[in-house]
Amino acid sequence: MSIGPTDPSAPRVGVDEWVASHEQRRTRRSGILGAVDRELERLPRPAFYLAFGIAAAIVPALTSNGYIVKVGLDTLLYMLLALGLNITVGYAGLLDLGYVAFYGFAAYSYAMLASPRFGLHWDTLAVVPLVVVATVLLGFLVALPSRRLLGDYLAIVTLFFGELFATVYQNGEHMSLLGFGRAYDVTGGPNGIPNIDQFNVFGARIGSLNYQAYYYVALILFMTLLFAMYLVDHSRTGRAWKSLREDPLAAELMGMPVNRLKLIAFACGAGIAGLAGTIFAAANTAVFASEFDFTSGLLIIVYAMLILGGAGSLGGVIIGALVVNVSLEVLRTPSHATWVFYVLIAGTLVARMRPWRWLAVVIAGTAAFGFAVHAIVAAAWPRGVHGQAPIGGALGTGLRHWVVLPSNPMTIGNVAFICLVLAVLALTLLHGWVQRVALIPTLYLAAFVWENRLAVEPSVTRLILVGVILIVLMNARPQGLLGTSRVEIV
Amino acid sequence: MAEKLLELRGISKSFGGLQVISELDLHVDEGEIVSVIGPNGAGKTTLFNLVTGLYAPDAGDMLFAGETLLGLEPHEITARGIARTFQTLRLFLNMTVKENVMAAAYSHTRAGILRSVLRTPGMRREAREIERLAEEKLSFFGQRLMGYRWDQPAFSLSYANRRRLEIARATATNARLLLLDEPAAGMNPVETHEIAELIGRLREDGGYTILVIEHDMHVVEGISDRVVALDHGVKIAEGSFDQVATDPRVVEAYLGTKAAATK
Repeated sequence: MSIGPTDPSAPRVGVDEWVASHEQRRTRRSGILGAVDRELERLPRPAFYLAFGIAAAIVPALTSNGYIVKVGLDTLLYMLLALGLNITVGYAGLLDLGYVAFYGFAAYSYAMLASPRFGLHWDTLAVVPLVVVATVLLGFLVALPSRRLLGDYLAIVTLFFGELFATVYQNGEHMSLLGFGRAYDVTGGPNGIPNIDQFNVFGARIGSLNYQAYYYVALILFMTLLFAMYLVDHSRTGRAWKSLREDPLAAELMGMPVNRLKLIAFACGAGIAGLAGTIFAAANTAVFASEFDFTSGLLIIVYAMLILGGAGSLGGVIIGALVVNVSLEVLRTPSHATWVFYVLIAGTLVARMRPWRWLAVVIAGTAAFGFAVHAIVAAAWPRGVHGQAPIGGALGTGLRHWVVLPSNPMTIGNVAFICLVLAVLALTLLHGWVQRVALIPTLYLAAFVWENRLAVEPSVTRLILVGVILIVLMNARPQGLLGTSRVEIV
Repeated sequence: MAEKLLELRGISKSFGGLQVISELDLHVDEGEIVSVIGPNGAGKTTLFNLVTGLYAPDAGDMLFAGETLLGLEPHEITARGIARTFQTLRLFLNMTVKENVMAAAYSHTRAGILRSVLRTPGMRREAREIERLAEEKLSFFGQRLMGYRWDQPAFSLSYANRRRLEIARATATNARLLLLDEPAAGMNPVETHEIAELIGRLREDGGYTILVIEHDMHVVEGISDRVVALDHGVKIAEGSFDQVATDPRVVEAYLGTKAAATK
């Protein structure tokens, strides 16, 4: 078939082309940063993935700290989960809220086939592929009735499936066939399944709780799947998935079997979650159903990673899992959390406060306000400044002369917390210079609440802080850190 | 007389109590350009939705190249060789211009996930083939969709270029029959003229058979071998443009009985 005459060597130079490249010129940064930017842009994506892989591989060699390796293993498992979810949500655009159930199903399946529970101790090389295939089939089964559902409806059905899984496994200690015959203890109920076998490949058995070995197993599998997904991303199937995310009807009419593609996306996502589940079960040597239900927050965390990194972006999977999981771990320690708290506030001020002189006014004002309050309280009510600073170091010493620290902060801290919430709400109603001036006592109040109440309860505050980080980042980059901004309707 | 590529026999479709298409007979011969005209709500787009398999007809039969289309899924109909554009554009907005066209090659390519990951020689050949096909289809529109435009997202295109891209995407399915739903809607006179010329070239150079819905009578006059006029789902006139345009029932359908009487 001969198609019209063209001459690519004669570009249509003019207003048209100039306008098209205008945006690029505008966003090009100048100076060293711009040059680095352009060089990085020229590198192929796999180079970045490889760099991550090498960096991740030497982490356990640099530290003898088992805790860091364990956090690394958890992060890699999260990356695997996010990679699978990226297929279903990022590429195919299917809102799958039952995703974690596949992870749990695989963890339990591995546990049942390789533990004293049923006396089965199958070989790892048999169990892992078997469990992955079973999880893929489960993905098919869930997708089969759901494939004609769109958006919210799919979300509801899959959420139901996820909860169904958790409920059944949580209460599976007296299971019988439709109420007939003897009841069997299948899942161990709330006690879960303990004493799960370690991975055992060709007679080389991974020692119990040897997180470093599992770290490398997870890393190798993740890198393999990452490169595989990179190839799929640019393949015929990858394009079809993205088409169906953009417009399922148009995709169908352009010859793509939308229902089948949805099934494949669901099953692939489930398969990767299944692989992660087997590693999870073997590394932790015990599984409990409560780890996979909605209240565990696992689903939310994986979604947060995917969205923070940028749905549909493979690099985003890595960055998202790293940022969220490492933040959650760092914030366990009050001194780290305190640094994050103040850097977050200062960073937001620097990024948002314009013009610059107002930034100077607010920061200087807050500092002066603090010293003034401290001096007044110290004179009027000495016990009000004799409390313990939650952290030591230079920051802690500085803060002791600035923040009021009562010796018994419980009640006054709680009251201040309520006041802080009200003050922040009130701030949103104010405008102009009044708002900026009002910001000064509010910031001080925030510091007061932090030092007296929040910093000493990291289990609660780390979730609050991660939430705040997410809010700030998603405000700054709605498309996620590495995502491309999407246009819905033009 | 050329072979009948598409043939509709007594097609009917109703939504609840509303009869949208009734007892419609229509055929498009190989290599022909047929225009469907009619007032808004005459059932033109429903006709396209029936042919492409979005709706199943209540009665009648549809044949494409002698084989029935009844009971086929839309993507299977596309694979048989019928591709369409949309009145309200439905591009894959967040994919690049080239990806939009490459995606449409799905039905006549084979490589699955496993082969893509293993990068088998066959898969690589096919990937090159898809890329070449997309570039060829885009080059059909002169410089409009060429060069730097390939890697731009589809949402960055102007309205007229989006219409062109939809046509390019439809041709990438390797269709024999193109259904164009108001290709000149929203275009200025120069662009409208260009589209009319393009439709002619699609047949001459591309070898496509074309069924087109169009409201712009200059376009209809310029391109059509045959014109079919619909009103309330019934074919009220068929023939050359001049025959149909002067048909009293067509004038009545567009302007009302009084105008028809005074004509």
